Amino acid sequence: MNSDSESDFLRFANVQKSYDQKNLVVKDFNLNIPEGEFLTLLGPSGSGKTTVLMMMAGFESVTSGEILLKGESITRTAPYKRNIGMVFQNYALFPHMSIAENLAYPLKIRRIPKSEIKERVDRYLELIELQGFGGRPPGQLSGGQRQRVALARALIFQPSLVLMDEPLGALDKKLREQMQLEISRLHKKLGFTAIYVTHDQTEALTMSDRIAVFNNGVVQQCAAPEVLYEQPENAFVAEFIGENNFIFGVVKEIRSNVIEIEISTGEMVRARKVDDCQIGSICKVSVRPEKLFLISEGSQDGSSDNNVITGKLLLRQYVGDYIRYYFELPDEKEVVVKVLNDHTAPNIDRGQTARLLSKENDCFAFMAD
Amino acid sequence: MSDSSVNKANAVNNDADAMSAQGYALSKKEMGFARREIRRHKLLAFSLVVPLLLFLAFAFIAPIGSMLHQGFYNPVVNDLVPETLSTLKEWDGKAQPNDIVLNAMAKDLKRLALTRDSGKFSAEINRYLPGSSSVIKSSARKLKRAEDADLADNGAQLLLAANDAWSKPKIWRSIQQAGNIYTDRNYLTALDLERNQSGEIIVRESAQVYMKLYTKTLKLALIITLLCLLFGYPLAYYLANAPSKKANLLMILVMLPFWTSLLVRTTAWIALLQTNGVINTLLLSVGIISEPLELLYTEFSTIVAMTHILLPFMILPLYSVMKGVDPSYFRAAMSMGARPIGAFIQVYFPATLPGLSAGALLVFIISVGYYITPALVGGTDGQMISNIIAFHMQQSNNWSLAAALGSLLLVLILALYWTYDKFIGASNIKLG
Ligand SMILES: Nc1ncnc2c1ncn2[C@@H]1O[C@H](COP(=O)(O)OP(=O)(O)OP(=O)(O)O)[C@@H](O)[C@H]1O
Ligand SMILES: [Mg+2]
Repeated sequence: MNSDSESDFLRFANVQKSYDQKNLVVKDFNLNIPEGEFLTLLGPSGSGKTTVLMMMAGFESVTSGEILLKGESITRTAPYKRNIGMVFQNYALFPHMSIAENLAYPLKIRRIPKSEIKERVDRYLELIELQGFGGRPPGQLSGGQRQRVALARALIFQPSLVLMDEPLGALDKKLREQMQLEISRLHKKLGFTAIYVTHDQTEALTMSDRIAVFNNGVVQQCAAPEVLYEQPENAFVAEFIGENNFIFGVVKEIRSNVIEIEISTGEMVRARKVDDCQIGSICKVSVRPEKLFLISEGSQDGSSDNNVITGKLLLRQYVGDYIRYYFELPDEKEVVVKVLNDHTAPNIDRGQTARLLSKENDCFAFMAD
Repeated sequence: MSDSSVNKANAVNNDADAMSAQGYALSKKEMGFARREIRRHKLLAFSLVVPLLLFLAFAFIAPIGSMLHQGFYNPVVNDLVPETLSTLKEWDGKAQPNDIVLNAMAKDLKRLALTRDSGKFSAEINRYLPGSSSVIKSSARKLKRAEDADLADNGAQLLLAANDAWSKPKIWRSIQQAGNIYTDRNYLTALDLERNQSGEIIVRESAQVYMKLYTKTLKLALIITLLCLLFGYPLAYYLANAPSKKANLLMILVMLPFWTSLLVRTTAWIALLQTNGVINTLLLSVGIISEPLELLYTEFSTIVAMTHILLPFMILPLYSVMKGVDPSYFRAAMSMGARPIGAFIQVYFPATLPGLSAGALLVFIISVGYYITPALVGGTDGQMISNIIAFHMQQSNNWSLAAALGSLLLVLILALYWTYDKFIGASNIKLG
């Protein structure tokens, strides 16, 4: 989120949207997107992702603020003049046109010569590996094939920006993974800028250059997937992205960027300070299940900079490639630990206590709400 | 190595395919069970449609069949003069028939005169030979007074004495023609054709009413369909895109005509259109016209009233199809650079074609056969083919001609449907 935005390709500046003049569905949306980036909007249902996309495409008016494309405001430009490709969740392939006609449609509107249209349609059919399907109506394609055609149709007129609203939502898991790769491949090859909307975190994490996490109409954090996962900027992101444990305690000590809390077991836990907490206030510390290490009771391990939490095993769940352990703390909160199934996974019985180790750098302290 | 494993996987797949394609072979006993199972399903399915089939056979197929039959079937003359006709079979058709025929005719005529059926007979023959009516009637009158014994002996002489026309073959040919139980005359009449004396089919010179009426019916139906389309399309579009509360209310208004008696609606148009009706009074009082317009009992009033009555048949299929047209089509087209009008014409309109053709076909076919509204508000100008069919059934009592006209109407509609199916495709029709 750099502020020297003149060079930015696409910029949202203080964009707000209200459908009913009462509630803001999008509040103060700010985002800069460099050319060629694959940016994903990720957020819970109803958080305003589609609304942002629709404002971008021009199908919804902007209540206040500006959208700038290459430094020029397109806030009030008609949708058909924006030259933005769009992929819809339900494909929106025209049922009365064949695949080739669907692909040719944006080119025909641009009055591109017939021979070139044909050449380009063939090239894009090849690109999405559907050569020979041009004559078929969309109804005769599978879901994945239709989605590829929809993608090609949004790309064929070479827009500099492509919007995709949950394009893979209707596909099953395997096909979705295949299509994720396909979209990434096309993005690398053609170099367009993409704004992608999804519910699916894994999809967002694997495909994006950056992810903007959306909640209540505000961008909570916009960063590369690793940063988002490893260094959440607030409790919502920590909870929304991936799986996380929250351990509650009372703040005992605050150093420049480290907070020390006393949890219900009486143990002290040190964590990186994210929110400003007061000494004596209740605070929650997030730590990922795979960043906790299990040591059975008795064995002495862990250097002094490791946090140690003692918990009682509630349940051991065999998942296959890993094993999940559910521990209970005295305040009846659960802590989950994920251990890779590589013969080192310890055998602990239900009711037994164990020590959970975590690094200070993997723990983040947030204000408890 | 990886190749071989792939092959193996393929082989396994093929096996699985083969298995599912052929199924496991059944033993004889199992096959018997399976067959019984299928038979039971079929029986159940059939018993479910039996009531409908019976009803259709009774209320639809039989009447239509009898109508088609009635158009060809004309036993009147055969019933009136059976003996004459049976003796006429040997006649060579050239000169005066022999005495046996003349005798039989004389006897038949006397019987007809006594039972007062001679008028009916003469009317039938007159259709084939204009002017023969008086010949037959006068002869019958004279023969009525003859003694039975006298008739048996020299009926031929008496007949010839009654009228000279009996010596010419013309009238006998007409009787022979009229005596045919099966005749194409009604269909020829319905097509404004006739047979001349030598039996060739020619265009009828007098009163070419029916073809004109068919053309006019088609023309009116076409105009009504186009008007329904013109009014119905935007309304259906609005309904399909309005907020559901508003749309529901408007939908009730659209359906309202269905819940009101047809007669009431048509009468309402009479009240509106008549010489001192609402419209004329209004226009007069505003001063746009100085004397009342002739609105009622015209082609215009038929078109207006029928458009109003048939509008729901256009709106409903259009609405249900438009409701199913994804709004994202429109957006997709615009995102690709289409202007709203272009997107409408290229994307939205084609997507609504199934509903449009269903509605248009429905309105067109219904209006081609429409009766009550033209009968009430059409006057002489606004009559359609069904009105003339009704006329022949109720007033001129020519059921055979009515049947022929009705059958031709049916053929016409089937032909239109066939044309439609050929060029647009009946599978394109969508009612919901
Ligand atoms: N046309 C509209 N009129 C009124 N309110 C709307 C309209 N479209 C969306 N909303 C409201 O705006 C909010 C945001 O909706 P939006 O569709 O942008 O969410 P989203 O993040 O795309 O959700 P999802 O992930 O379920 O698609 C929701 O509360 C929704 O009810
Ligand atoms: Mg959405």
